[in-house]
Amino acid sequence: MTETFDVNATLGADELVRLTALQMAERLRAGTTTSVELVQAHLDRIAAHDGDVRADADGDRGVRAYLHVNTDEALAVAAEVDAIRAAGGPEADALHPLAGVPVAVKDNIVTRGQPTTAASRMLEGWLSPYDATVVARLREARLPILGKTNLDEFAMGGSTEHSAFGITRNPWDGDRVPGGSGGGSAAAVAAFLAPFALGSDTGGSVREPAAFTGTVGVKPTYGAVSRYGLIAMASSLDQIGPAARTVADAAALQQVIGGHDPLDSTSLADAPADLTAAARGRDLAGLRVGVVTDLPAEAFHPGIRAGFDEHVAALREAGAEIVEVSCPSFDAALGAYYLIMPSEASSNLARFDGVRYGHRVVPDGGGTIEQVMGATRAAGFGAEVKRRIILGTYALSAGYYDAYYGSAQKVRTLVQEDFARAFEQVDVILTPTAPTPAFELGAKTDDPMTMYVNDLATIPANLAGIPGMSVPGGVVDGLPYGLQLMAPAREDARLYEAGAALERLVAQRRGGPVWAGAPELEKGAQRATTATTAGGRA
Amino acid sequence: MSHAEQTMDFAEAMERFDPVLGFEVHVELNTATKIFSSAPNAFGDEPNTNVTPLDLGLPGTLPVLNREAVEYAIHLGVALDAQVAETCRFARKNYFYPDTPKNFQTSQYDEPIVFDGHLDVELEDGEVFRVEIERAHLEDDAGKLTHVGGSGRIQGASASLVDYNRAGVPLIEIVTKPIVGAGARAPELARAYVTAIRDIVKAIGISDARMEHGNVRCDANVSLMEKGADRFGTRTETKNVGSTRAVQQAVTHEIQRQAAVLAAGGTVTQETRHWHEDTRTTTSGRPKSDADDYRYFPEPDLVPVHVDAAWIERVRAELPELPAVRNRRLKGEWGFSDAEFRDVVNAGVADQIAETVEAGASAAAARKWWMGEIARLANVAEKEVAELGVTPAHVVEVEELIAAKTINDKIAKQVLGFVAEGEGSPKEIVEARSLAVVSDDGALTAAVDAAIADNPDVVAKIQGGKMAAVGALIGPVMKATRGQADAGRVREIVLERLGVG
Amino acid sequence: MPEITRDQVEHLARLAHIRMTDEELDTMSGDLEKILEHVSAVQAAAGDDVTPTSHPIALENVFREDVPAGMLTQEEALDQAPDSEDGQFKVPAILDGE
Repeated sequence: MTETFDVNATLGADELVRLTALQMAERLRAGTTTSVELVQAHLDRIAAHDGDVRADADGDRGVRAYLHVNTDEALAVAAEVDAIRAAGGPEADALHPLAGVPVAVKDNIVTRGQPTTAASRMLEGWLSPYDATVVARLREARLPILGKTNLDEFAMGGSTEHSAFGITRNPWDGDRVPGGSGGGSAAAVAAFLAPFALGSDTGGSVREPAAFTGTVGVKPTYGAVSRYGLIAMASSLDQIGPAARTVADAAALQQVIGGHDPLDSTSLADAPADLTAAARGRDLAGLRVGVVTDLPAEAFHPGIRAGFDEHVAALREAGAEIVEVSCPSFDAALGAYYLIMPSEASSNLARFDGVRYGHRVVPDGGGTIEQVMGATRAAGFGAEVKRRIILGTYALSAGYYDAYYGSAQKVRTLVQEDFARAFEQVDVILTPTAPTPAFELGAKTDDPMTMYVNDLATIPANLAGIPGMSVPGGVVDGLPYGLQLMAPAREDARLYEAGAALERLVAQRRGGPVWAGAPELEKGAQRATTATTAGGRA
Repeated sequence: MSHAEQTMDFAEAMERFDPVLGFEVHVELNTATKIFSSAPNAFGDEPNTNVTPLDLGLPGTLPVLNREAVEYAIHLGVALDAQVAETCRFARKNYFYPDTPKNFQTSQYDEPIVFDGHLDVELEDGEVFRVEIERAHLEDDAGKLTHVGGSGRIQGASASLVDYNRAGVPLIEIVTKPIVGAGARAPELARAYVTAIRDIVKAIGISDARMEHGNVRCDANVSLMEKGADRFGTRTETKNVGSTRAVQQAVTHEIQRQAAVLAAGGTVTQETRHWHEDTRTTTSGRPKSDADDYRYFPEPDLVPVHVDAAWIERVRAELPELPAVRNRRLKGEWGFSDAEFRDVVNAGVADQIAETVEAGASAAAARKWWMGEIARLANVAEKEVAELGVTPAHVVEVEELIAAKTINDKIAKQVLGFVAEGEGSPKEIVEARSLAVVSDDGALTAAVDAAIADNPDVVAKIQGGKMAAVGALIGPVMKATRGQADAGRVREIVLERLGVG
Repeated sequence: MPEITRDQVEHLARLAHIRMTDEELDTMSGDLEKILEHVSAVQAAAGDDVTPTSHPIALENVFREDVPAGMLTQEEALDQAPDSEDGQFKVPAILDGE
């Protein structure tokens, strides 16, 4: 597509939304499209195909990616960009290269002037008095925010089915999940309801939905993107990252949101690398690619295994050096993750108590503050959130700390050591992103553990803080699957370089990008007006 | 409210038991901003105005450590002759309470910034007692709860109001090792220890150290063991004792109460207790149970603090003179005897004397006024000397007025009384109240002549050589001038008029 | 294999301030056992000689200068409060009339 792009072509709304974010930016700069036109094209498509996430799913075949559509503000920002550009002069010259390109934001990232719920009853109707750093940077670069996307409640889940408000559908198959927790962002991007979006990745929440929807999802190095304003699940694992249709678009978005932030103590002070340049790719010849020998083959769908092996062979053919690397601690990584994450989450979510903001439930006949807190948290949290809070409370308890939390933190050290050894031999590591393609809605909601094993390949990067990326690998059984690349900490540029090269290889082998193959969308239900205006400030 | 508990006579308790003490003193640091947020660290403002999103525990907020708080902790470490940890970390202490905005406190658990120090505490008679400091760690303070409805106490209140201005104010908690061997002097030591901590944190400038504002709060641990026993008894922790005097009283009361429990064959319950200023007793709080499982874990949103030797040495070089060192110096400079100086320190007026001397008065004069009339006025007013409203500058002014013979000692005392009542500076008061001594010799001579005329027998005695009788003539003159005459000058004129002397 | 009793879950729910029905307690103890069965592998994975890692990227001495900034107004602070009075957050009584 990049090769055939004509910045001056006359395009209809349906074609406009199918451009990459960088192509949209190019047309804006060339003056062949206005930002208002772009935003309106997306809003119209959302109105036609997104349905209403809060409506009964049985009666709504829409994608249901957005919890809140930010119509007025997005159009206002777009009009501002258009006006500045039309006026010309230094202000126009100073516009960010992406100014005017719309973006969607996962609803666990706080935004002034529009609701932030983290898909929880606990925060229904809550309005943040401050912007997350990443949102402030989007505003500074003047990217219109289309709205807030659905997720598993507090980002806890792998399918977006744990949203308190409703499910999101996979644009490739409306009866399947879009992955999670960032299913809303990935589905919006895959369904051309946004060119790119922000997600958050604690154990794979950007990468797994990317794999399930045929899009690109990146978890940057821990600390490369500020967490200030991200509603924390597990502070030492959470990282905000871009969801996009192409590696270059993801790089461009990380370039906007990344870099040092004094409001986040864990933010890296490194000078920002030129990720946009890195995403032009590299020659595969000489790239040393590690293949992990310790991932349990039986856990992976045979089609994904076969696809993965074919890509490894193609990489070798293209001149890459394939090296088997051993990461014996990956075996225990899943367990470590499901102890550290709930432990930190149990503490991070303690603040939701009905005292200062959010939901408050007073038991029948009143009660003490203790009883009000207990009732508020009983009603405000869904089952998965409660499960993780209780598990985390257990793992941190006196008498169990060493056996559980303490041991898990040691496994974390071992995982880091595994990666350190592996990266002595290779530039990047390649694995499938998720063991299976998107599963059917409701298939895994009964047994939490079956959902948890989905994160097998993505979790180690979070434990070690290294960057990881899911690039579409192809399609099995009519559904996309992802290939995951990982690079050493602080080497996000290397990841984008390799990711762009892999993306090109896949497109060459398939004769086009995976995301272009998504089927036409069904019509969605009419969005209830309350859903778009709830708490919204025009 | 719980009923009053049995107590044993203190002397009797001391015959049977040895007390073991321990203190956790919380000191609010006087940084400009809070420990993890950039909200002002200020006392007494409109509620919920000194808050950032972090201080309300809003979703998505993150802490960033105030460098000055670390700097202050290092100051304290050096002042307590303690180790400053090369590396230390913060941990979350998880518990739910509405004054705690995130429902966890950010504190230090197994890696305090300061450890293994000591403090030499001087008791009233000059005996020095060394208190070993186990650790001192940084943490954030909680918000302030006000109970409404009922009696305004937590019990029976219908609701509580929360102000988060104090939430996140930097605290340093100083924890002693168990203090044994103080015997009957334990209550006195308790007071002296807390006073010494207060004086140190004030002297090194890390806290306003005003106990009445809660800048320094003490939790006192007390246990008793039978004389000759080698194992500590069960301890209680009396929380949030807010003055040095109350610390002494609380320790006394706990010793007497526990002694009565033990003597009756009972066992002391390990619990927190609340101090009641009105009744000077403690009552039981909630017993410590398994429910207090704080689930500490390393704070993932903050990174470790590394303090290198250079940092510590810089702080050491900048550290102001410590109270004990300063006292030794001042005693020498002022030429006071051991007893004189100790009395000054015990009366809590050493700072005032130092400032008065600095402002130009002699040490003897400063001591005379601060230990004398001003202390008396404070005592009558039931106030601390520092709260009376008389400043070192006032004392210097009084001394100047005396030196200029504008007033005498007797008038000076009256003037200080008026200063304490807020009438202004000594010079203003002397002016406004026309208190200047009568130095017009004409007027005085007339008064003297009148006295001579009225008292011929006294005159005869004086002329007969009984010089002591002069006083009998001075009295009527002073009376006639309403005390505003300089007695010395009156004497001179009397002798002059009688042609003697 | 760890056994999680209903009483234990009840205790944990109390610590976490989440009121739970009997049914929830039963389900939760089953879930917890199942999850712990999987995650207990961590106990055998690392020996005593391994240092625990709390932060994925090792940083130290990240400080803020002691300068006030970023305050909310009282109105902003209380804007989202479920209940407030006299510029303060209002909560029900803390103790149950002891």
